[in-house]
Amino acid sequence: MKALQFERNLPRFAAARVASAVAGSGKGVRVGPLELVEVDALPMPGPDWVRIRPRLAGICGSDLATLDGRSSRYFEQLVSFPFVPGHEIVGDVEGGRLDGRRVVIEPVLGCEARGINPPCASCAAGHKGSCERIAFGHLRPGLQTGYCRDTGGGWSAGLIAHESQLHEVPEDVSDEAAVMIEPAACAVHAACAADIAGGERVMVLGAGTLGLCVIAALRSLCLPGALVAVAKHPEQRRLARDLGADQVVAPEEQRRAARRLSGSLALESDNGEIERLTGGVDLVVDCVGSADSLQQCLAVVRPRGKIVLVGMPGVLKVDLAPLWQREIELRGAYAYGIEDRPEGPRVTFDLALELVRDARLERLVSARYPLERYEDAVAHAASAGRRGAVKIVFDLRKAGAGSGGPGTEQVGGPQAARTTKEAK
Amino acid sequence: MSPRPGFVLEVDRSTPPTLMWHGEGFRLERLPVGTRIVYGPEPIAPLADPDAAIRHALDHPLGDSAPLSTLLRPGMQLTIAFDDISLPLPPMRAPDVRQRVIEAVLDLAAAGGVDDVVLIAALALHRRMTDPELRHALGDRIFEAFAPHGLLLQHDAEDPSNLVHLGLTDHGEDVEINRRAAESDLLVYVNINIVAMDGGHKSVATGLASYRSIKHHHNVRTMQHSRSFMDVRNSELHTSNWRMGRLIAEAGVKLFQIETTLNTDQFPEQLGFLQKREWEWTIRDRASFLVSSTALDRSPGELTRKVFHAVRAPHNLTSVQAGAVEAVHESTLANVHRQQLVEVSGQTDVLTMGLPYICPYNVNSTMNPILVACLGLGYFFNLYRGKPLVREGGVVIMSHPTPWEFNPVHHPSYIDFFEQVLAETTDQFEIESKYEESFATDPWYVHLYRTSYAYHGVHPFYMWYWCAHALQHLGRVIVVGGDRAAVRRMGFSPASTLADALEIAEDVVGRDPSITHFHAPPVLLADVT
Repeated sequence: MKALQFERNLPRFAAARVASAVAGSGKGVRVGPLELVEVDALPMPGPDWVRIRPRLAGICGSDLATLDGRSSRYFEQLVSFPFVPGHEIVGDVEGGRLDGRRVVIEPVLGCEARGINPPCASCAAGHKGSCERIAFGHLRPGLQTGYCRDTGGGWSAGLIAHESQLHEVPEDVSDEAAVMIEPAACAVHAACAADIAGGERVMVLGAGTLGLCVIAALRSLCLPGALVAVAKHPEQRRLARDLGADQVVAPEEQRRAARRLSGSLALESDNGEIERLTGGVDLVVDCVGSADSLQQCLAVVRPRGKIVLVGMPGVLKVDLAPLWQREIELRGAYAYGIEDRPEGPRVTFDLALELVRDARLERLVSARYPLERYEDAVAHAASAGRRGAVKIVFDLRKAGAGSGGPGTEQVGGPQAARTTKEAK
Repeated sequence: MSPRPGFVLEVDRSTPPTLMWHGEGFRLERLPVGTRIVYGPEPIAPLADPDAAIRHALDHPLGDSAPLSTLLRPGMQLTIAFDDISLPLPPMRAPDVRQRVIEAVLDLAAAGGVDDVVLIAALALHRRMTDPELRHALGDRIFEAFAPHGLLLQHDAEDPSNLVHLGLTDHGEDVEINRRAAESDLLVYVNINIVAMDGGHKSVATGLASYRSIKHHHNVRTMQHSRSFMDVRNSELHTSNWRMGRLIAEAGVKLFQIETTLNTDQFPEQLGFLQKREWEWTIRDRASFLVSSTALDRSPGELTRKVFHAVRAPHNLTSVQAGAVEAVHESTLANVHRQQLVEVSGQTDVLTMGLPYICPYNVNSTMNPILVACLGLGYFFNLYRGKPLVREGGVVIMSHPTPWEFNPVHHPSYIDFFEQVLAETTDQFEIESKYEESFATDPWYVHLYRTSYAYHGVHPFYMWYWCAHALQHLGRVIVVGGDRAAVRRMGFSPASTLADALEIAEDVVGRDPSITHFHAPPVLLADVT
């Protein structure tokens, strides 16, 4: 079967890094270690494993970082080569108790999937994303499906998954909505990690898939006093507003907007430009994960305020003096598990499904590509904001098998002639 | 030869292209045949001996005021307030008229044995003046005598310890002004009138007041009912200021008002073509225009701005009157009208105007989009008496590059207003009710207003309100050659050329509209019947 496979090939990895650095994100895929290949069906690691035939599989920011050769060396021991990327997956189950059902995969490969019993303390508490055995057990290293040689990934015609990873998709939820559940779960977890009491002044940096989902999650699960989104592109700005931002500003307006929102004083350069605030907003959610975005967060968050880092960072050079001097809390928000909600513990994916439904997040799926056109798909994903798009997915359905989401664009492949409206 | 009065030219096939300001540059536009062009009067003759005229005015006051020399005595507190950097435009060649007048006042004060003298720049909610700007306005002698001793102050509308609340007018308006000015034995106000809006009770009631007081007349309702604010008798802005001025007098503030008028000789010889009617351009004028235009086109924006803001106008004093405010201002207005009034018969469907690089609020600074709107729709649109030049539902076409550019030192709250408020709404009443108070009381803007060189946090609101009458009156506003995003942010329509703009205007006013061009310089006041 066909799969896009990522090899451990240092020269090609380096070439991808150079190409993306010179020509921009997404450009490294042509020279990098990703290839469309024929692969054999994977052996089952244990009795509770099933085969999954993907319908749609998303391209995530972390995937792009990997393809660009930008991801941190931190992950080297948390992946196993060759792997098939793709962790935002909706597909059909073959075998097991959910045979024939449509599911989304919770991709974290925690203790249960790894056959480790008793589970680590994190998994035992339901925090699978923080699994302490992520490179052990009967699977080779891989923090998620899509980074583990033994499981395969969504960018293929088939993969395997542990039954504990499966969440059945209700019939009324389209494939496009379902493929948004995993990124929505990341956003839900981030919103819960923000742990705000209500009424806080919140700023969200970045309005790609993750940023937009975080805005929707904050609006849905928290009660921010004011929610300001920082978005670069017109379509992102429109969606940010529509998903619940009270105000949407351009990146260059961010410091001024935070100052206005918080009523803070500011420290200026000689030419009157604001360099940083003396007060600031209560919470900043960084959905970018770059040195610049983190520095921006530090410039606008109030003393003793909080920064939640949701976008995947790498090696960053950031001046942490303000973090120290202003006693700012910086915490990461990765993946999902169980969330403490006022109504009691909730599975993040269940909350995410509700969010996708309520906020109609299927509208964020902008274009679908066949695997064969993976270079175009990656290029589209890497320039999504600029091109008025948000989520780019691989479409692995046979012609006529799936439902197109509203506003999605089918690009090339066997379904090239079928427009969204026709699909509906 | 005596200066020629203003007049209305009807464009025919022989009419040469018309010069229009276009920010820090010019455009020559061939206006459609039949277009009316309103030209202001030529600069009137200046006073032969301005210093003598000033002394005469101080000795022969108008109204029920005694001569200034008789009001001065040893041991008294004397405060001299003067108009700030917003006047005149462009800044005038030295000696500035403020210097001449204040030197004369100080000579009398010295002769009268007055020791306690303080000068105050009447900033209202404008930015503070820099030392070089103060030195230019007052001259070296005054600056050196007062500034080093802390006797040259700038009004601080946010200093509660130096404000005094004098009461409420019969309309419930707070009157709160500078304490030193209010509590002095005599307040002398030195004014420069370059348009009919300036002066009168507005000098003290606005120039030395606080936000608490100014907000009663700088608001949308007042501006919509000031038709125009260049016509004191039909201006709610002035009516409110007059109520306040009378209350100030009733509260015991002794005021001696000195008002001056200037002719419209606004540009030096190398830009002399600006002052002339196009068909009278000499070969030298044409050459000057070509050289200037080419040089400006090829210069980087920063250099062009520096060149223009270095222009010092050869303005000359045409009148000076002193004494009781209202009597003085009547005389002042007569002199302003003598210089600027042009009779125009009937309104027009479309009014065109070229906007220059400068307005009262960007001296030595950037003309940001809000100031462009204010200059065109606030100032130029309102330069009428009787009826607006353009009919109700008509179109104004303004020519200006309207860059999305702000001076963060001078206009910090303008940036936020443009980026955050106008991004939400351009509706003036909504803006006033939803945003004004928070900007006006924002501690950061207050800090910058008081300690840096920033306009008050509320100032961009006022500039937007300044457009209220025009925006209520007009069917559309079109900006030729402006930054499209900036133009659209303000709710206006962008156009690449004047021809395009006229075509767009036809959507609103119909085909073959009547067109009138407001020609400036020189500045004029259209008396529309």
